[in-house]
Amino acid sequence: MRDVAIVAYIEGQNTSATTLSPVEMIVPVVHEILNRANVQRSDIDFWCHGSCDYMTGQPFSFVSAVDALGAWPPIMESHVEMDGAWALYEAWVKIQTGEANTALVFGNGKSSAGDMNRALTLQLDPYVVAPLWPGFRSLEAMGARAAIDAGTVTERQMADVVSRSLRDAADNPNVLAYGYRDADELLDEPMTANPLRAHDCPAMADGVAAIIMTTADRALEMCDRPAWIRGIDHRIDFQNLGLRDLSRSNSAALASYHAGVTKDKVDVAELHATYSHHEIILAQSMGIDRSTTRMMPSGGALVANPLMAAGLARFGQAARQIFKGNADRAVAHAAQGACLQQNIVAVLEGN
Amino acid sequence: MALHRCAVVGVGQTHHTSCRGDVSIAGLVREAVDRALLDANMTLADIDAIVIGKAPDMLEGVMMPELWLTDSLAASGKPLFRVHTAGSVGGSTAIVAAQHVMSGLHKRVLTIAFEKQSDGNAMWALSVPLPFSMPVHAGAGGYFSPIVRSYIRRSGAPSHIGAMVAVKDRTNALKNPYAHLHEDHWTLEKAMESPMLWDPIRFVETCPSSDGAIALVLASEDVADKMPGKKAWVHSTAMRSEPTMFAGRNQVSPRAGEMCAEDVFRKAGITDPLKQIDAVEMYVPFSWFEPMWLENLGFAPKDQGWRFVEDGVTEMTGALPVNASGGVLSSNPIGASGMLRFGEAALQVMGKAGEHQIDGARTALGHAYGGGSQFFAMWVVGSEKN
Amino acid sequence: MADDILRIRTPIGIDYTWSSGPGSVVYMRGLENGKLIGRRCPACELVYFPPRNGICPRCGVLLAAEVEVGPRGTITTFCIVNVPFLGQTIKIPYVAATILLDGADIGMQHLIQECEAADVRMGMRVEPVWKDKSEWTPSLENILYYKPTGEPDADFDVYARHL
Ligand SMILES: [Zn+2]
Repeated sequence: MRDVAIVAYIEGQNTSATTLSPVEMIVPVVHEILNRANVQRSDIDFWCHGSCDYMTGQPFSFVSAVDALGAWPPIMESHVEMDGAWALYEAWVKIQTGEANTALVFGNGKSSAGDMNRALTLQLDPYVVAPLWPGFRSLEAMGARAAIDAGTVTERQMADVVSRSLRDAADNPNVLAYGYRDADELLDEPMTANPLRAHDCPAMADGVAAIIMTTADRALEMCDRPAWIRGIDHRIDFQNLGLRDLSRSNSAALASYHAGVTKDKVDVAELHATYSHHEIILAQSMGIDRSTTRMMPSGGALVANPLMAAGLARFGQAARQIFKGNADRAVAHAAQGACLQQNIVAVLEGN
Repeated sequence: MALHRCAVVGVGQTHHTSCRGDVSIAGLVREAVDRALLDANMTLADIDAIVIGKAPDMLEGVMMPELWLTDSLAASGKPLFRVHTAGSVGGSTAIVAAQHVMSGLHKRVLTIAFEKQSDGNAMWALSVPLPFSMPVHAGAGGYFSPIVRSYIRRSGAPSHIGAMVAVKDRTNALKNPYAHLHEDHWTLEKAMESPMLWDPIRFVETCPSSDGAIALVLASEDVADKMPGKKAWVHSTAMRSEPTMFAGRNQVSPRAGEMCAEDVFRKAGITDPLKQIDAVEMYVPFSWFEPMWLENLGFAPKDQGWRFVEDGVTEMTGALPVNASGGVLSSNPIGASGMLRFGEAALQVMGKAGEHQIDGARTALGHAYGGGSQFFAMWVVGSEKN
Repeated sequence: MADDILRIRTPIGIDYTWSSGPGSVVYMRGLENGKLIGRRCPACELVYFPPRNGICPRCGVLLAAEVEVGPRGTITTFCIVNVPFLGQTIKIPYVAATILLDGADIGMQHLIQECEAADVRMGMRVEPVWKDKSEWTPSLENILYYKPTGEPDADFDVYARHL
């Protein structure tokens, strides 16, 4: 395998309801990341985008994103109807074939365009489940309930996760939920979807995340301390909730194993835990010790969850910890689908 | 860096028709998958990774349907990847899947593309009113018709060229049991009388709207070498994109298409495409696009593509047979149409195209495009290793 | 008999809020006031109408200066529509044309009326017919259609690069 590193990460301003068009959201991010890596458009030999039509309510919504790239002369480009983290995976595969060396990947979403709690349930079996409109939050509450009943998660642990995320959010200017509260205070809040309280659910955002990745010969030109991708893998589980043990995530465990997470100490983990109990389930499934690993220094998806970009943002945030020298070995993770159905995991290293 | 070789070792498709009311989306997909696996003499358990593509989710009303299809594909525990690049998606999906093998990552990859338009309301799904344009088009035909008119004006092509292509593709489709349209009554005279729907595009020159799916099994060299049957070796793949509309854009022969063709031929070591390519499966949803793409792809000189059609070059018996399968003009399950081109190209070099086999086809081009003629995906496959 | 059920209908409804984005506001405000406002790309200096998403897709930069274009323009190419389709209220056959407005560098689509479909030509000069002012909204539909001006046709070379 060729050595590939993340050399730059930029996220757009996360907002609760932007009036910008998706293209206008993407343009400044693309300009900024090219500047950050000190490269020209022509240095990018592959572009890959992750987004979802149902987030904007428009078929082929990704098509206009090409306008934001200045795709002239024509570019080598692709799109996944997945979180931007999988766009990064496609680019990584492309680089492995030797057909590209430097890639710009991005994900964007406009959660405010419609009722995402409702829209997301259109992922479910269209014949017998989706017509019931169960509501995505309710499905996640069922997952939390299963984990609590199995004894793998407690409500106090969930509150601790939220409390820590809110504390970390104070250091991140790009969040939508902030204001530190301790676990006792949080546990006094009413349930919104038992056993979930409002703060156990993500702060939905409109946002963009972008990453530039490149091979060994150019990485040091673009970044003082590149985040080398030492392992990356993604897996999926059955969707049918009745076929899964919701108290754990098999696919996260498999992806973590194949990415080599447990081969060494993990300094920092940026997991795409959109609900507080996800972090605990994921850490257990992935073999990450939360007592020795710095979890989500960015505050994570709980405090800013731009759909289709939030997973890629975890990769970017984990890479930032390497860029800054805060970590030598970081784990980045993204998930999509109900109750952590599909997971992608990467191990990033500074050396 | 040397690429790992990749071969198509299994091809399976459904019968394409306007409404497959007898199966669910999952059932339709499994029909193609099971045929591809049978062709490759494999089972789902042998598959390392799955790459799925389809055109917009709103056509069926299922968001990211691959999440749900995981269950019917027994994909739990596997990598499953979803591509969406508009009309070219079937082609791009096959390319992304091939790269999973060419990178050395996986040995057996299943790739699938499908569309079940009858499960949704395409007209509703595709008509989102925006204040940038008047709703004047009346569908894809209305969008592409002015571009066809521009081509005719530029090239001086006579009016019967579109009809000739239509008659050829509909006639070829009679030899393809999976094709949606099996109409044996077309003659050039009749086709010329077909009503002008989107003048200069006649009814017969348009594609149907189909339910359908296709699956390919791709394998690494070591795996393919151990298999007894014929394979289609992937000699090269290429993708290019450009914006939908910008000032001064050549919509008749988009630069992205030219660049994509140059790239795919260069990587396959093809210097004279007209001589070296034995069969082409080209994405032609409106018949006039055949001469237009002949020029765009570099088979014909500028403004001369229509002469190839007129001279019968693209007939099954011609020097450059185009769409022996009947093409998109005879079956159009949107998201699957691109992969059908790629799969039919593979069938030709595997010698498994049945009645629509081009004798002695050794090298074939699969071509797909999408959006406003802005996304291009192509591959060259051969009966021998490159 | 349950065995007979092959299909069910499950209608889906989700409401979306669509934002034009600030880059297109001048264009929409212009329409509201009976003006056709395009914007110039600061990089390639070409004028976009409509200034869709406020961007020049060729350069990937936000559009800048506002430029009033039209009202007259040239038909670059067109389609004669003979298909009655959902919601279509215009009598067929009708012409949907790509019109290059004077001062713009990219064509826009609109209807051609007050002229037989068979008489419409590439290069024909046209001008807009507006709805009554009281009905104006931020929409291109304020223009009912375009009609021939009677000027001589533009030379093919003048608009060939816009096809
Ligand atoms: Zn420009």
